[in-house]
Order: sequence, then structure tokens, then C-alpha cells
Amino acid sequence: MPGHVVPKRIYFFIFGSLLALTALTTGMAYVNLGQWNTIVALVIACCKATLVVLFFMHLRWSPRLMRVVLLSALLWLAILISLTTTDFFSRDWTPIPEGWESSLLRPPTASGNLLYRR
Amino acid sequence: MADSHAASALAHQFEDLEQQHEAASLGMWIFLATEVMFFGGLFAGYTIYRNLYLPGFEAGSHMLNVTIGALNTAVLICSSLTMALAVRAAQMGKRHALVAFLILTIALGLAFILIKLTLEWRHDYLEGFAPGVNFTFVGLNAKSIQLFFCFYFLMTGVHALHMVVGVGVLCVLLVQAWKGHFGPERYNAVETAGLYWHFVDIVWIFLFPLLYLIGGRY
Repeated sequence: MPGHVVPKRIYFFIFGSLLALTALTTGMAYVNLGQWNTIVALVIACCKATLVVLFFMHLRWSPRLMRVVLLSALLWLAILISLTTTDFFSRDWTPIPEGWESSLLRPPTASGNLLYRR
Repeated sequence: MADSHAASALAHQFEDLEQQHEAASLGMWIFLATEVMFFGGLFAGYTIYRNLYLPGFEAGSHMLNVTIGALNTAVLICSSLTMALAVRAAQMGKRHALVAFLILTIALGLAFILIKLTLEWRHDYLEGFAPGVNFTFVGLNAKSIQLFFCFYFLMTGVHALHMVVGVGVLCVLLVQAWKGHFGPERYNAVETAGLYWHFVDIVWIFLFPLLYLIGGRY
């Protein structure tokens, strides 16, 4: 029989952990952690995704080839998100040369975010 | 095992069942890698625009119902468990358990879509938060809130479309399982459908906090 038959209790344990993490992330949303709210929510989401991938999707027992495919997908996702965000969020680091200002751009606000005029 | 059943389960281009099993899983993993990029574009766009129009995105997030979002997350996690148990039943050749777990998974998937449709989308539409169809909200950050709801409807909509496709695939598997197509040597279709189903679950695991939770609810 090809493939690894996973004991039932492992599935139920992962299921319980996923429900507990869902309750935790929902609860944490009501605690004021400032900017850390986003980080905590994303870290918990990554933990849940890891549990699903390793146990429900059997990656823990899969050949290395499957892990390479997943890691390459994550690498490309990281390139997509990091290069796009670094472009957007580093635009106000250097002054815009004289005569190059966009009519749409206002100076960066105190919060550091670029805000476009409607 | 070289009995007649194993021989018929093995396609001639493969050395053995193990290799055939790996090839099927690898194909699905590569498809899922393309799906990561598909949803990744939406997530990248959401990240950029959320940072550009943060107050509007936080206000928009407040209009969503966290309880229903969390309930739907739980429904999807339950469906992932029943799917994993369905694959296990197929591996062990338990036909009745496989049929039962597939029915449960389909029912939970439909429950997710129904909750989304009736309790959330319909509500958002009636409240005037549906960009392009019925967006009547006026007030502070109205345009950024409209942008948030564009992302909300697109991301949850595309996710729900994946659920509908998954339910369709599971219905086909259910008929085949009922007819006794699957067994310890022949369950690759169930396994790969399971990989797809769990992936759709993972997408929701990220959508839930990004859309519902990080809008400063305290």
C-alpha cells in the first residue's frame, strides 16, 4: 500500500490545535497590542497553515520533492510581496527632484503612509 | 503486491504504485504552487492598499462580523478534518467510511458557502457595502472603505469559487466511492482532491485575520 496511514489521534489533535488557535487569534484581535496585532494574527495564521500542510496534507511523510515544490512556491510568493512592498514603501525615502512631482502626490503624513488625493 | 487488482490500479508508464502515487501528489503540489501565486497577487495588492488607505481599511474591517467569520473558519477546519479522515478511509479500503466522510466534507463545504452567502454577502449588499452594485455608504473615508470592500468581495468571492469547484470534485469522488472505485492501491484521486481542499482551507486561514481581525477591534 503506497503512502503513509496517519493514526486517527494525530488528525484529532491537529484539529483541536487548529480550533484552539482560531479561538486565540479571534481573542487577540480584541487586545490592543498596537502594531503587534497584525504580526500576532499573521504568526498564528502561519502556525495554522504549517499544521495543515505538515499533517493534513501529509508533507511530513512526503518525499523531499514535494517540499521543494512548496518551498519554491513560498520563495516566489516572498519575491512577489517583498519587491512590491519595498517599491511602494521606500518611495518617500528620497526627495522627488525639482519638477518631477506628481500632481496626485501629497507630502508623506506623520504616520509615514503615502496618502493620495482623491 | 502483484495481484490482478494491483495490476489494474497501476498505469503502465509507472514502475510501481509508490511512484504512481508520488507522481499524482507532485502534480497537485505543482498546481497548488500556481494557486499560491494566484492568491499571492491578491494578498500583495491588499497589503499595498491597506497601507495606503489604512483608516478606511480599518473602518471597513469593522463592518464585518467577526463571529460569523470565526464560525466559518471552524466550519472549514471541521471539513479539513473530515477530508483527512476520508483520505485515511480510502487508504484503508473502508468504503462506507469513505462515503460518509465525503458526504460530511461536502455538507460542511456547502454550509460554509451558505453562511457566506446568506449571512454575510447578502447582509453587506443590503447594508449598501457592495461596490459597483449597491454602495450607498457616505461618510468619513467612504472611498477607501469602498476599496476595502472591493478587495473583500474579490478575495472571498474567488475563495468561495474554489470551494464550489472543490465540492464539485468531491461529488464526483462520492459517486466513484459509492461504486467502489477506491481501495488501498487506488486512492490517488481522493488524496489529490484532499490536497486541494486543504489548500483552500489555508487560503481562508489567512483571509480571516487579514479581513476581519487586524482592523483594531479593541
